[in-house]
Amino acid sequence: MSEATLSNEEIRRYSRHLIMPEVGMTGQRQLKQGSVLLIGTGGLGSPLALYLAAAGVGHIGLVDFDVVDESNLQRQIVHGSATVGMLKTESAKVRLHDLNPHIEVTTYETQITSANALEIMAPYNVIVDGTDNFPTRYLTNDAAVMLGKPNVYGSIFRFEGQATVFSPKDGGPCYRCLYPEPPPPGLVPSCAEGGVLGVLPGVIGTIQATEAIKLITGIGETLVGRLMLYDALAMRFRELKLRRDPACPVCGDNPTVTALIDYDQFCGILPEVNNLSNQYEITPSELAEWLQRDDRPYLLDVRNPYEVEIAAIPGTDKVIPVDQLPERLSELDSSREMVVYCRSGARSGSAVELLKRAGFRKVKNMVGGVLRWADDVDSSMAKY
Amino acid sequence: MAVTITIPTALRQFAGGSASVALDAEDVGALLRGLVEQHPSLGKQIFGDDGKLRSFVNIYVGDEDIRYLQGEATPVKDGETVSIIPAIAGGA
Repeated sequence: MSEATLSNEEIRRYSRHLIMPEVGMTGQRQLKQGSVLLIGTGGLGSPLALYLAAAGVGHIGLVDFDVVDESNLQRQIVHGSATVGMLKTESAKVRLHDLNPHIEVTTYETQITSANALEIMAPYNVIVDGTDNFPTRYLTNDAAVMLGKPNVYGSIFRFEGQATVFSPKDGGPCYRCLYPEPPPPGLVPSCAEGGVLGVLPGVIGTIQATEAIKLITGIGETLVGRLMLYDALAMRFRELKLRRDPACPVCGDNPTVTALIDYDQFCGILPEVNNLSNQYEITPSELAEWLQRDDRPYLLDVRNPYEVEIAAIPGTDKVIPVDQLPERLSELDSSREMVVYCRSGARSGSAVELLKRAGFRKVKNMVGGVLRWADDVDSSMAKY
Repeated sequence: MAVTITIPTALRQFAGGSASVALDAEDVGALLRGLVEQHPSLGKQIFGDDGKLRSFVNIYVGDEDIRYLQGEATPVKDGETVSIIPAIAGGA
């Protein structure tokens, strides 16, 4: 590739970089020649895309299949009220070109899968993992290892974030050295019930952007071999040592993962909503009608108290968060028929399973949760 | 003095909301068993049905992964911090 040159206009734009010896004309040309693929254009992807574009990274790839939703704007700052409903990749591209018209932006309106990952990632120098689910994280990691590319990792949960750089090519570990296999569905809190402080992805995404810029320009010390932990509530950064595991299934001495794997998607997917209720299910409309009758059921909400504050079904008899249910079964009225609900029907579904195992027979899950109650029964109810 | 175990945000709901728990123990295994005794619902999160640590949960003594020390037999001293670091996936 021929060396990139900077126009006078670009020199003016990047002057605060150029007057630092650590970057200078050489570093800025490297940035212009550099390319970064961002997997996810959401919470982490937003600050990443903005800062990398502003810094003058010559080619930015954006992978996302989602559209901008109002509830994204609390943290996904690359998007705006005017782009609600637009593809996230398109919304981001418009913003990035406004911020810096000298860069190239390529969009991929797709989900990364075993079939397309290598092809999408191949043209880029640096891969950045800003996705929101385990299957894509493992896929991104494995493909980056196979292609010998650094993978700038960041993840967030509520008030807490993690960041590092995985680069087995440079002697460092990969994601599977840290966690060999993804957790099975149901054992980690799902994205929707997790929640996130809006500014948190700003901090972690900006750390990822810093690392991507250092990888392209070769300056400083990267996070290879170090896991950065950030706790926003305590306002504390910590660092843990990471080592390459010689027995790692993908980057180890005798790898057992030699082809890409599509793990089952289990985060962000709502349980299937059907209109026919079986013995252990009831629709919101059916429940609304039943609650008016004299034989009304015992109504159990298995959400957390702070969710109940946002919206609840009138006449709820009891609130017990699903994870406390095993220890609090004695508080329930087992003599009456029971209906259990939550936000989307997922937690209440597992609560019904638990109650059935505990011997409760006359128990039903309200399918679709309060979200569907708001759609079908009470349009004045807030959706969250 | 005792050993402090830090509980990550994702697991606090299984530990009565606590961010850390202080316990006396000789090694990491005894420490974690003591923790699970206090908060039984943490057990399923940290240990699999085979009684081994789950593959998506790592335990650190100070800044070192116990897999590169002596595993659950890693000794712990008064005043040390043991961290439970689970895989988290959020990003959107």
